Amino acid sequence: MTTATIDPTTRRVPPLGGFNATMLGIELRRMLRNRRTMAFTLIMPVVLYLIIGTNSSYVTEKSGHGNVSAYILISMAAYGAVLAATSGGAMVATERALGWSRQLRLTPLSPIAYIATKACIAMALGLTSVVAVNVAGVVTNKAEMPTQDWIFAALIAWLGSVVFGAFGLFMGYLLPSENVMQILGPMMAGLAAIGGLWFPIDSSSVLGHISAATPIYGLANLARWPLEGGTPHLIWVVNLVVWLAIFVTGAAWRMSKDTARV
Amino acid sequence: MTSMHTDTHEGPGTGVRGVPAVSLRGVTKDFGHVHAVRGIDLDIQQGEIVAFLGPNGAGKTTTIDMVLGLSTPTTGEIEVMGQKPRTAIAHGLVSAVMQTGGLLKDLTVKETVAYMASLFATTADVDDVLARAGIASLADRKVGKCSGGEQQRLRFALALLPDPALLLLDEPTTGMDVEGRRAFWNAIREDAGKGRTVLFATHYLEEADQYADRIVLVSKGRIVADGTGSEVKALASGRTVRATITNPDTDRLAGLGGVDSVEIRGDSIYVHAKDSDAVARYLLNETDARDIEITSRGLEDAFLSLTGDNDHSEGDDQ
Repeated sequence: MTTATIDPTTRRVPPLGGFNATMLGIELRRMLRNRRTMAFTLIMPVVLYLIIGTNSSYVTEKSGHGNVSAYILISMAAYGAVLAATSGGAMVATERALGWSRQLRLTPLSPIAYIATKACIAMALGLTSVVAVNVAGVVTNKAEMPTQDWIFAALIAWLGSVVFGAFGLFMGYLLPSENVMQILGPMMAGLAAIGGLWFPIDSSSVLGHISAATPIYGLANLARWPLEGGTPHLIWVVNLVVWLAIFVTGAAWRMSKDTARV
Repeated sequence: MTSMHTDTHEGPGTGVRGVPAVSLRGVTKDFGHVHAVRGIDLDIQQGEIVAFLGPNGAGKTTTIDMVLGLSTPTTGEIEVMGQKPRTAIAHGLVSAVMQTGGLLKDLTVKETVAYMASLFATTADVDDVLARAGIASLADRKVGKCSGGEQQRLRFALALLPDPALLLLDEPTTGMDVEGRRAFWNAIREDAGKGRTVLFATHYLEEADQYADRIVLVSKGRIVADGTGSEVKALASGRTVRATITNPDTDRLAGLGGVDSVEIRGDSIYVHAKDSDAVARYLLNETDARDIEITSRGLEDAFLSLTGDNDHSEGDDQ
């Protein structure tokens, strides 16, 4: 039998606040197993591209350095990335509803490491979605644009979706439930429409001004910029940065409330 | 049970007593105008099995949440193994088992254990933990498809992963059958012998009495009794002596051994005492008391009166 007391100084704290590859791997597998999320974020944008983007009139019609098919391809990739990042972030809603977050707080895992993990998963899901739409674009061979534009647009769509990872997190903390995406799904479709992702909106119209204030506007325009050419408008970047700040602040605020309450 | 308790004598090789597992100093917790905890001082030594007993709303959960670092006291200090609660958690010194929730339905049993294990600096081997908890055969089953009992075994397996110095349990054996309960407490006792401290919340006097070395009785945010099962039971039991008397000497009565309270109503006096014989002897021999009645209180009744849960507990029980 060992001695009857435990020496607390022999215990160590894990590095990086508990952030580790095993957890990331399991989270990733978990995400890939979720059929509803995968259907929403992978299949839907691809199917939408195949239905709309490959329309023969869009193949012949020019847009910027390429054709309208390419324009729609970029829009759908951005939409996929946005949806994926949102649902990745919104996973915390389920975890809170099930008491998993509370369980995690009884481990050395730091809140920052937890958020970093969620961000990685959201971005991985976003990347999968962007890749899926672009693979569909390459395979169907209807979209036309210079290769570097293609790569740039995909990269911007993916990186910009971090805004919606923060949005998903914010909503996940705001609406603790097991099916938060049932609320966020239609909401994202609406925001995509008003943000100019579904169809071009005349920027000088009233709708255009409203559009410029909504969260998807900045990302939609920035993602299409490699294809459309010209100089990027400052308002696109401002839109993206301001909404990122709003969502990160919101998520941090709800999170601190969550920790304080219990 | 061998006497490996650190609060009495040290085992060979340990020159000094280990740091207290839990130490609360003047702890209060307010939620707005609600005073959930009104001042708790408590020391729990390593290796003790302590029941935190009290009715619902007594402040048990609030106190345990503070020990776990899930919330901070409004005033007062809490230390766990000589450290701040969050620091103790980060070092893997504390685990808790809740009765419900805390599991992801879409993970398999093995994934859940591997996930939790990955968060600690040092843990037991995942396969070993599964085997010891008797859930190795369920390794690839989704948690959502496990029965309530299987999920509870998984929760215990998770709690024991970091080899915690302090284990907090919330109503641990609710829903267990007799044999499961015995096996559970045998395992807990064995670990306590190695220095693990166990603090469990319950609102069943029976459970506290049967399994704990020490019972801390809380009511309305305060500790109202603290001792072994028999000590607390003695406090909670006792009898009521009623008599008709003129000009009772309440100070003298209160000074008799074992008298808990003295109450006067009209020309009647009600004395709650553990040694009712002494009270009766005094009343008959030294006063003009007459119509003496002695009634005993039921254990549960007495427990309720001690925790102040019963509004008409005083003197109404003859």
